[in-house]
Amino acid sequence: MEASKSTAEAARDVPGTTRSAVPGGATRSSSPEIGYNPGLHKWSLLLAFCTLLLVVAGGLVTSRDAGLSVPDWPLSYGKLMPKMEGGILYEHGHRMVATTVGLFTIVLLVWIFRAEHRSWMRPLAVAALIAVIVQGVLGGLTVLLLLPWWISSSHATLAQLFFSTTVVIALFTSRQWFRRPSVVPEDDENPLRGLSLAAPIFVLGQLFLGAAVRHKAIGAIYHICGAPLVTCVVLWVSMRILLHYGRNRELRTCAVALITITLTQVFLGIAAYMTRIAYADAVQPMPLMVTFTVLHVAVGALTLAASVVLAILVRRNLGERVTLPELTADAASA
Amino acid sequence: MVALLPAGCGSAPEATTHPKATVPEGQVDPSSAGNISGRILFAGDKPSMPSIDMSSNPSCERQHRTPVKAETVVVNANGTLRNAFVRIKDGLAPAHWTPPEESVQLTQSGCIYEPHVVGIMVGQTLEILNDDPVNHNVHAESQINPAWNISEAPRDEHKFRKFPREEILFPMTCSVHPWMRSYIGVSSHPFFAVTGEDGSFTLRGVPPGTYTIEVVHEKLGRKEGKVTLPVSGVASIDFTYGSQ
Ligand code: HEM
Ligand SMILES: [Cu+2]
Repeated sequence: MEASKSTAEAARDVPGTTRSAVPGGATRSSSPEIGYNPGLHKWSLLLAFCTLLLVVAGGLVTSRDAGLSVPDWPLSYGKLMPKMEGGILYEHGHRMVATTVGLFTIVLLVWIFRAEHRSWMRPLAVAALIAVIVQGVLGGLTVLLLLPWWISSSHATLAQLFFSTTVVIALFTSRQWFRRPSVVPEDDENPLRGLSLAAPIFVLGQLFLGAAVRHKAIGAIYHICGAPLVTCVVLWVSMRILLHYGRNRELRTCAVALITITLTQVFLGIAAYMTRIAYADAVQPMPLMVTFTVLHVAVGALTLAASVVLAILVRRNLGERVTLPELTADAASA
Repeated sequence: MVALLPAGCGSAPEATTHPKATVPEGQVDPSSAGNISGRILFAGDKPSMPSIDMSSNPSCERQHRTPVKAETVVVNANGTLRNAFVRIKDGLAPAHWTPPEESVQLTQSGCIYEPHVVGIMVGQTLEILNDDPVNHNVHAESQINPAWNISEAPRDEHKFRKFPREEILFPMTCSVHPWMRSYIGVSSHPFFAVTGEDGSFTLRGVPPGTYTIEVVHEKLGRKEGKVTLPVSGVASIDFTYGSQ
C-alpha cells in the first residue's frame, strides 16, 4: 500500500496536471503509472457500485411507497432485524445497504489517509464521509417527520451527489488517471471549459426537480419541461467534443457515454411517465411503474456521474488556449 | 373563539383546559328530537374494482381464499353506495358535544382495514387492533389533526389514539401493505353515519331545525343538500352520485 518517496512526489500534483515521468509515447506495458494503487482503486469501484445499488434500493422505497413501513429509527420495530415482509423488506433493506455503504466509505477514508499520497484526495474522502453521514441522518429524519417533501428531496439529491463523489474517487484512483493525458488545446472558436460545467449543473437541477415530483411537492410538468432543456445542454457539450475535440480519446469516449446514458434516461423517463398515467387509479404500486421509475432514478445517477466525469476530463485533457501541435497526438490513452 | 383571546397565552387554565367553555354543552331534548334519514344512490354502471395483489406478503395472501377486491368504490346490490360518510355540516346551534366513552375500533385483519370508513367524534378513542400474524404500521395522513405513524406488531397491545379536531375523511394507511387504506371522519358532534350494505343512513336524535347535510366519499367527492326537521318528526334526503 505504501508508495516510495519518489512516487509520492511525482503523484502529489493537482488533478489534471499530473506530470509523470512517463514519456508521451510510452507503451502500455512499459508505463509504470507511478502512484497507481490497484487495491484502493478496486475498493472505490466497489463503493461506487454498492452506492448505485443503494440508489436503486432507495428508489424502490419511494416507488413501493414503503418509506413509512418502519416508523422507528435508528431501530426497526425496536429491533436490528425486523421480519422482512411487505414494505419492510424495502425500507429496512435500504437501511442495511446504506449502513454497508457507510462502513465502506469509512474504510475508503482510512485507506486514502494512510496510502494515498496526493493530499488533495483527503478532503474528497472527508466530503464523502460527511455526505454519507448527513444522508443517513436525512433518511432517519424523513422517517420520523413523516416524509416532508424537502427532506425526502434533499435526501434523494444528496444521494445523487454522493454517487458522483464515489465515481470521481474511482476516477482519480484509476490507472488511466495516472497516465499522461494527450492534451488538446482549447479552441477559441469552440470553448469547452465553461460549457462542460453546464451539463452537471443542469443535470443536478433536473434531478432535484425529479425528486420534488416524486415527493409530491410539484407537478410532473416541471421535470418534464426540464428534460428537453437538459438534453440539449448535454448534446451541446457532447457534440462540441465530438466535432472539435474528437481526436482526444478520453473526451470522445466520455462524450459518447454521456449521450448514450442521457438518451436512455429520456426513454426511461417517458416510460415511467406512461406507466404512471396508465396506473393512476391503481390501489397499489404496479410492478411496471416501479421498474421504470427506479431505473430512471438509477440512470439519473449515472447521467450526473457521467457529466461530472466529463467536466473533470475536460480540465485534464484541455491545454491552454495556445496551439501546441506537438502535444495533440492521441498517444497516452489506453 | 373570540372570547378566548383576552385570556392570553395559556395564562388562564380554564380557557386552556376547557377550550369550549363559552359554548354550551351540546344536549338533545328527547321530546322534540327526530331523525334524518336517506339513501346514497349510485347512477350508472357499477364500477368493477381491481383485485389486490398481496403476494409481497404471503402471510396476508394466505388469509384469503380468493383475491380481495379494492374498496375504493363499492356499489351495493340495490344500486346504493357503500362507505359514504354522511353528517350534519351546518345548522346545529354552537355547542360542545361530549364524545361517548366507548372507543371506536379499527381492525387490521387479513391485511385489510375493517371497517373501511370510520366515523368518530373529536376526543373519542380510536382503538387499533392487529388480528394478523404480520407487522403493520398505521399512518394517519391527517391535515388538520397532527399526523402520526406508529407500528403494530402481531400480538402487540391495542393502540389507542384520539383526534383533537374535526376533519372529515383523511386516509389511514399502511406502508408495509401499500393497498391498505381506510378513511377516518372526525366529527365535532354525534350526528354522522357511514353507509353500509343497504346504502342508507339515519342520523338519530337530532334537534328540530334546518340543516345542511353533507356526504363525503373517498373517491367520488362531496355533495350537500338541505333538510328541515320538524319537531319530533322525521326528514329524509337522498343523494345520487353519477358514474363518472
Ligand atoms: C447512506 C446513504 C444513503 C443513500 C445514498 C440513500 C439513497 C436514497 C435514494 C436514492 C432514495 C430514493 C429517492 C427518491 O426516490 O427520490 C432514498 C430514499 C429513502 N431513504 Fe435513503 N439513502 C441513504 C441512507 C438512508 C438511511 C440511513 C435511511 C434510514 C432511515 C434512509 C431512508 C430512506 C427513506 C425512508 C427513503 C424514501 C423517502 C421517501 O419515499 O420519501 N436512507 N434513499
Ligand atoms: Cu399493513
